[in-house]
This record gives sequence, structure tokens and C-alpha cells, in this order.
Amino acid sequence: MRALMFGWEFPPHILGGLGTASYGLTRGMAEQKDMEITFVLPRPWGDEDQSFLRIIGANSVDVPGRGCIEFSGRYPNNLLEEIGNYESVAVQLAYREQFDIIHSHDWLTYPAGVTAKYITGKPLVIHVHATDFDRSRGQVNPTVYAIERRGMDEANHIICVSELTRRTVIEKYGQHPDKVSTVHNAVEPLANPEEFVKHPRKDKLVTFLGRITMQKGPEYFVEAAAKVLDRTDGVRFVMAGSGDMMAKMIDLVAQRGIADKFNFPGFMRGKQVQQLLADSDVYIMPSVSEPFGISPLEAMQVGCPSIISYQSGCAEILHHAIKTDYWDVDAMADAIYSIVKYPAMYKSLSEEGRNEVNNIRWVDAGMKVRRIYNQVLGWGW
Amino acid sequence: MKNICFCFQIHAPYRLKRYRFFEIGQDHYYYDDMATEEYITWLTQTSYMPLCQTIREMIKLSKNRFHCGLAVSGTMLELFEQYIPEMIDVLKELAASKCVDFVRMPYSYSLSAQCSMPEWEAQVQLHADKMRDVLGVSSTTLWNTELLYTDEIASAAWKMGYKAMMSEGAKHILSYKSPNYLYGTCINNKQSLLLRNSYMSDALSFHFSDPQWKDYPMDAEKYINQLQQLPEQEQLVNLWMGAETFGVLQTAGTGIFDFLKALPYYAMEQGLAFVTPTEAAKKLSVSEPIVSPYPLTWTGEGKDLSMFLGNDLQQEATNKLYAVTQRVHLCSDLSLKRDWTILQDSNYLHYMNHIDQGSSTFESAYDAFINYMNILSDFLQRVEEQYPTTIGNEELNSLLQTITNQEKEIASLQAEIKKMKKKQK
Repeated sequence: MRALMFGWEFPPHILGGLGTASYGLTRGMAEQKDMEITFVLPRPWGDEDQSFLRIIGANSVDVPGRGCIEFSGRYPNNLLEEIGNYESVAVQLAYREQFDIIHSHDWLTYPAGVTAKYITGKPLVIHVHATDFDRSRGQVNPTVYAIERRGMDEANHIICVSELTRRTVIEKYGQHPDKVSTVHNAVEPLANPEEFVKHPRKDKLVTFLGRITMQKGPEYFVEAAAKVLDRTDGVRFVMAGSGDMMAKMIDLVAQRGIADKFNFPGFMRGKQVQQLLADSDVYIMPSVSEPFGISPLEAMQVGCPSIISYQSGCAEILHHAIKTDYWDVDAMADAIYSIVKYPAMYKSLSEEGRNEVNNIRWVDAGMKVRRIYNQVLGWGW
Repeated sequence: MKNICFCFQIHAPYRLKRYRFFEIGQDHYYYDDMATEEYITWLTQTSYMPLCQTIREMIKLSKNRFHCGLAVSGTMLELFEQYIPEMIDVLKELAASKCVDFVRMPYSYSLSAQCSMPEWEAQVQLHADKMRDVLGVSSTTLWNTELLYTDEIASAAWKMGYKAMMSEGAKHILSYKSPNYLYGTCINNKQSLLLRNSYMSDALSFHFSDPQWKDYPMDAEKYINQLQQLPEQEQLVNLWMGAETFGVLQTAGTGIFDFLKALPYYAMEQGLAFVTPTEAAKKLSVSEPIVSPYPLTWTGEGKDLSMFLGNDLQQEATNKLYAVTQRVHLCSDLSLKRDWTILQDSNYLHYMNHIDQGSSTFESAYDAFINYMNILSDFLQRVEEQYPTTIGNEELNSLLQTITNQEKEIASLQAEIKKMKKKQK
């Protein structure tokens, strides 16, 4: 089985969850003996792990009449132009490469996948990591919607990262339910979990980590914090990350009079993130709409109890995490309080949560994707 | 002659209300009365009432030859009194027929036998009083919560005068032996131990309407025949189940009530008798004693306490609750004592099980734990207000003793003054 994958991000140079998921999934699929993956990236940096797949840089493919096209590999202002260029590269690769199936990750690469399908007649599977409905809280960009919609219409099969996303795809993009499957994301096991230990500290730490944008529901975190601090001492709150709502959140914290118990350490990356999670007593993700949300799994890996919203895809597969509605500030505050006050709660969530997450493996997700490939190709299994 | 011993357990918990942490110290009422009423009414209408009416009819039709046991908890009686008083009337009728044995239980269906023996004894006594006051019945047989049994409990029960204990016929205590004998406890050769026949009991509770079951469809004749075909020496079949078997687990539409109603006819045809647990203990002779040093219950795969005390959440809740046992026993605040009793209901611990939450209305074990611990925190604060934890139990005891002694002394001195005043006149 040879798969040609179109992606946009790949570790170590990642901007969001897409890169992490692309890596984990391909890695999990590579465990299958007969799987050969060719992964197309707009702009590889050269330090990607190529031990289990082959990476092709779109910026090194010769397009007749244009030569090699420059890509930023990020999300620039002329994003639509980059998507178009990526599609031209896909035309060349479709003629040049040998493969059985095409797999496109997220809307940026749908046009490339669709074109490759038209040229070769090979089936197309698209992987929906997010839809514009998640990113915009309902205020959909018509151009983006059109690209997403066309990709889904042309795809032979659609893979969604959660039931939540699957429902959006069926209801908002008018896709037939039989054509849409859910394959939940997983999490890469930590190479050395002992490295991240909890440092003893006087105050309990409650952490929010992620882009401080509307989608992530930071204001609900602040409101819950205010409720907890109203009744309790010895708890500190951390809002790590940056985003367009950061200034507003700092204002809100000041208005609630809890600035002395609140920290904004800014954007964090790599090991800093894991260390912060390991040091935290609670990780909270009150997302308003989250297709999957891999960060609670990462928190649970280092033994940090998680509180997540029902509006997050990962809530579908996690049992040892507290779930509340994103707007239910009372329930959220109650959960925070219980974790910092009742030792059994912390212990149970920490230990059982870690065990649970260690059993959510990319290999299994890879097998599900493989079953979909076989079904689309009519190979049977 | 074979004896069939039916016993039905009737107990449902108070529904706890959603209690957030910011209510701790502000709100001392923990129950959701609307939800409780709705739940109890539904259970009574679908299960308890039709079951008791069926039993009444069976007794009448069999000319008082149908006997059975009923395990009704004290809190359940309270709930009936409050919400479904007509249920009390039916129970009174059953009590008057003398065919029903209202076996003894811990008052609030608690696992106090595992956590605090003095509390357990108090609860059993409380149940005895309640049954006597409301239904005018007494019993010398004990149905502990979830059929929890250990040698220690048997010993405590013997001291309180209970001649028969009821528990689960689990493989790990019986091994090759059959539950269909009257056994003894290892405490005293006069105290008997009745063990549930889980196979025949569960056949009704869980398989009766299951088309995949090998005995489907089951009818009264077939069921009695199966009992009759048990080896000659096996004289006692204990068929015990939650009353919810009738109407909830097996809905009325499956014909479970008619099945039950037809049993006495076929049993008598085959020469089988019905006995209450107390009668069984009196009528039959003990075959051999059973040793059970570890907790035995009728729940879960392991027939142990893991469903209630198996995880960290359940253990913390239990430890916190029973840590104040002595304090609560010392105090005289009635509402505090009442909350203490109700909060011990083992259902609340069941809700904190990760795998099976029973009749829980909470979204997860964690949710149930959060709510319970918030309530418990408020409760413990109230206990603390009565008697600060800075004073040790023994010191507190002696202080209280001093106070009562002084009160007595004051009373006697006042009496003396009165006497002297009289003399002066």
C-alpha cells in the first residue's frame, strides 16, 4: 500500500495541532509492514524525522514554466496563493509518483488532493482536523467554506478527528453519513516521562494553555478562577499562550480583582510546556469548539488532571478527565476546587488518567485509517 | 421436602441535590426533594407496589402458605411515610398476615459494618425500633447491606441476639459446596447462615426476558421443576433479589408478575414449601459452619466490596465520613445525626465507581465524588462547630462527662434546696 499524503505542517517546525497529528498518524501507520508513505510538505526544513516515511518539499519540485516555487510553509496573508501554488506542484507529483491512494490533511491541501485524483483516477481520502465552523465560532469565511466543501464533495472518503467534527461535516457540509468516519487522534508516548516531575510548591497551580482566542474560551477560565479564589486560598492561576484576546483577559482579571493570583507567562514551546503541565495541579481547556484538542492528553501524560469542555472532541474518548460545558463556570469552579482540595480526586485523575492516555495509541488510529483505505480501494481485509 | 425462601430487598436512596463548593458553610440542606419524590414514586408505581400487592394476593390464594422475607430499610420506610403512605398500609397488611418476615437491616443501607461497628449496631437498633413502631414487627434474622458478611459481623450480630445471618453463596467461600443447605457461622453453633442461590435468583433478575438465555421462555412450572430436580439432600433454596427485579429490570410486560403469582400453585403441586428466612433457620438443622474472614457481598464479579470501596475516591469519601463517628455519637443535634445517617447510604459510594454507577444521576464517578465531598465538607464543618477537632476524643468525652455529672449534681442540689425550703415552712 503506497499513500501519497499532502500535509502542511510536520514536526519539529509546527504552528498548531495539525503538525503533531500528521506526525503521530504517519508514525502509527508506518508500523504496518507494507505501508509506504510519501508526505508532501510546502517547505521542509531538513531536520524532519524521515526514518519511517519519505518527505517531498513542494518548494523543490520543478514546475514547467515556473521552476521551483517558494513557499512560506506558514499561514501567510497570501495563503490562497500558496494553496494554488501547492496545487500546481501536486499536478507534477501526480504524474511522477507511484501510489495507490491520496490522503489530504486539512483544507489547505484539499485542492492538491482533488487535482491529483483527477489526473490519476486514484481514490482520495481527506482528513478533517478542523472545519471553518470551529475556527470562526460560526462566522464562516465563504472562500474557505467553498474549498472545504469541494474537497469533501470530491473525496471518496472523509476522516474526521471526532464525532463532533463528523456531525459538522454531515450537517454543515451536506455529506452522506456513510462517507464520513471518525478516527480519534492519539498521543505520542513520552520518550522519558521521568524527566518531568512535579516540583513541590506552596500554592496549587491551575493552568490554561493555548492560543488566547475566542475558540478556546479563555474568559470562562477567568470567571471560574474568580469563583474559586472567592472561597479559597493557596491557588494560583496561569494563562499561558498568546492571542488576540490576551489584553482583554488581562483587563478582565484586573476587573475581578484577582490579578495577584494570576500569571500570564506568554507563549511557551517544547519542554517548557511539558514542565509547566507537570508542575500544574489542574489543566483546563474550556474550548467553545474544539475538533479534537490534543493538549489535555499531553497534560494527562505527565500526570496532570484535566478539565475539558463537552464541546471538545477528545471528551468523546476520555473517561478520567472532568467534563463540563464550556459555559458552565460553576461546574468548572467546582471541579477545580475539588481537585485542589480533595487528595483522592487529584490522585485518581492523575494516575488513572495517565494509564488511560498511555493506552490511546497512534498505531490503533493508523489501523483504522488503513481499514478505510482498504475499503475505498475495494481490497477487502 | 424442599423449602423455597424468597426475600426481596426494598431500598432506594435519597437523591442528593447539586451542591457546589461555594455553598459549603452556607446551605445545610443536601437533598433534592423533587427528584427524590419523583424517583420514589416511579419505583413504587412500577415495582414496589405491584410486587407487594402480588405477594398479598399470593398469600391469600395459597391460604397463607406462601411465605417470604422483605428487607425494607429504615430510610425507605421514611420515604414511604413521606411520599407514598399507601405503601405503608400495604406493608402493614403483609405484616399482619404473619407470612412475611421483615428482616433486620442497617437503617440507612450503610456499609458501617465495614467501617465502624458501634455505628452499625446503632443503625441495626434504629431499624429495629422503626420496624416495631411503624409495622409492629420484629425479626431475629439479619440482612446486612449488600449482604455484606464477615465472621466479625456475625459475632457482633450474635451479641445483639440475631440467630440467623443472610449472605451470598459465593464460590470462594463455598467452593464445591452447594448454597442449598442451611449453614452455620463460625461464631456459635446456634447461629445459622443462609446463603443466596445466585444462579436461580439471577435467572429471574437478569435473564427472565432474555431470548438468548438457554431457558427462555421461563414459566412457573419449569422454574419449580428445576428447583424440584435439585439433589434430594438440598433442602433450602434461597431466592433473594432486589425488588426492582419486578417491574424495572423485568418490566410488567415480560409477565414477571404473573410468573411470580403462579409459583405457589406449582410449588404445592410438587410438594415444595415456602419459608421465611427466620423460619428456615428454625426449621432446618445446620449442616456445617462457614468461615469468612474477608468481606463477602452479593455485588460484582468478586462478590466483595470492590464496587463500593474499590477506588481512591470511594475510600477517601468513606474515611472522611467515618472519621467523625465518635463525634457524631457524642452530639445531640438531631438534624446533624439524621444527615449523618442518610449520608452513609452505600448507593452514594456506588455512584463513585468508574465502571458501574448503578442508579446514579451524576455524569461520572468524578462528578458524583465532587458533589458528595462538597456535601460532606459542609457536614464536617457542622460537626467541627459542635466539637472542635483541637480537642481529642477522650478529652472531649471526659469534658462531656463532667458536664453531665455537673448537671446531675445541680439537679440533686436543687432538689435538696426544695426539700429544705419545704422543711422551713
